[in-house]
Amino acid sequence: MASEIMTLNMGPQHPSTHGVLRLVVELDGEVIQKITPHIGYLHRGIEKLSEHRTYHQTLPLTDRMDYLAPMHNNLGYVLAVEKLLGLDVPERAKLVRVIMAELTRLKSHLVWIACHALDIGAMTVFLYAFRERELVMDLYEMVSGARMTSNYFRVGGLSRDLPAGFEQKVQEIVDTFPGHFDTYEGLLTKNTIWLQRTIGNGVISAEDAIDFGISGPALRGSGVDFDLRRDLPYSGYENFEFKVPVGENCDTFDRYKVRLVEMRESVKIIDQALKRLKPGPILADAPQVCYPPKESVYNSIEGLIHHFKIASEGFPVPEGEVYMAVENPKGELGYYIVSDGGNMPYRMRVRPPSFVNLGAIEKMAKGSMLADLVAIIGTLDIVLGEIDR
Amino acid sequence: MGVTQPLGDNIITTSLDSLVNWARKSSIWPMTFGLACCAIEMMATGAAKHDLDRFGIIFRASPRQSDCIIIAGTVTKKMLPVIKTVYEQMPEPKWVVAMGACACSGGIFDTYSVVQGIDEALPVDVYIPGCPPRPEALLYGLMKLQDKIANEKNSFGSSIGLGERLEPAA
Repeated sequence: MASEIMTLNMGPQHPSTHGVLRLVVELDGEVIQKITPHIGYLHRGIEKLSEHRTYHQTLPLTDRMDYLAPMHNNLGYVLAVEKLLGLDVPERAKLVRVIMAELTRLKSHLVWIACHALDIGAMTVFLYAFRERELVMDLYEMVSGARMTSNYFRVGGLSRDLPAGFEQKVQEIVDTFPGHFDTYEGLLTKNTIWLQRTIGNGVISAEDAIDFGISGPALRGSGVDFDLRRDLPYSGYENFEFKVPVGENCDTFDRYKVRLVEMRESVKIIDQALKRLKPGPILADAPQVCYPPKESVYNSIEGLIHHFKIASEGFPVPEGEVYMAVENPKGELGYYIVSDGGNMPYRMRVRPPSFVNLGAIEKMAKGSMLADLVAIIGTLDIVLGEIDR
Repeated sequence: MGVTQPLGDNIITTSLDSLVNWARKSSIWPMTFGLACCAIEMMATGAAKHDLDRFGIIFRASPRQSDCIIIAGTVTKKMLPVIKTVYEQMPEPKWVVAMGACACSGGIFDTYSVVQGIDEALPVDVYIPGCPPRPEALLYGLMKLQDKIANEKNSFGSSIGLGERLEPAA
């Protein structure tokens, strides 16, 4: 019997494409033959905008790229600028950055498990995960005043010190979250429907994953033991003890297990960082770069002039170029910044993990059923804000 | 036993407009149409803590089944034709909520690719500021939309083909 290829358009308005992704799928019956992703529906010109913003003004733009993990975006950016400046950050600032980065990982993975489960049909997990996510959001709000677009880190340290009562709240999360993870596992890990939808779905071998440049949990799910936090440490990650989970079967179920273990490891990192937290300065001693303390701005004319100069003019960054990558919840998030010696980036290029991971979608989905595509999009954990920028 | 009648043999007098408006405002079905960061806050509003269901607001995946579109996020020039198509697929009566700074005015993205506010293309009923607005802000905006629907005139007449639906001036 002669078969005919059918072309199906999926998105940009589709509840399971995690935003505005559009896939043109070619089908033989229900079997996927070819997938062409169309992106750019959320292209906001962030890289171009950054060429007309000072280094501090670029920071809020980075929040809005991967909006599920805003503090990681901040972290990668400030680390890149600090590397270019040769600036060292005080110990307390580093620890707070690690705590916030790992809370961000929890927050991002909670949205992942919520949406992934919802797409496959388990709605209870969505409601539970969003309930826990609100606790992390409360902490975001405590430190930065915003629930999502936090803009908390600064070049040279942090925008302000931790508020009173923050540490107890984090301790509550450290104590209670492992129990919540048990709940999710109880709902999913032995759930027959979940197993049938995820085991053997979206298989990509380790070699292919490396060839496609996949990073993050998607790479580790394929059995490649690579984590930038351990292999190329930044912000003091070399001082923490944590396991890097690795999968075996290269499928959606293994990636699910990897992410769940990662969340448990994040809680352990937060616990270690919390124990080491001591009072101290939160900004580097570099008056040309860092904002002065608020008391000095409000009470002395020198402080006010200092603040005004940095807020209006920014600071010059030595000529050169730098690449700095961090382990975002989705993979390797890299910032490549070229400076011409001025107060704005000459060019900023972001290496978004979601964009690179999305490239492998055809490899993962070819030959599987159309309904499995939803699970594959979920397991890749893409964010369109980051893909299109 | 039989059917109990706690109100006795009383009757309620009301205008047909009030009845129709009450029904419409108590079951706003918005479309699940997330564009960017605001969509995550929209999801958070629909999830456990804030719970949109108690307002009768239930997300629908198809424009054919919905009567409200929440523009949650940045609208780019590439996306605008898609939004227009989706909006035209929705049956009357329909309402538009612009959620967040980007949907209201383009927000911080004054660039070559971003539409400077969805009101350039669609008739917006409620603007919700914020980047992104908190779930409470979205709830307040949707309650404002309910107030607006409750005050509409000739809702019944327009639905049986007698004249236009009238919206009182704000």
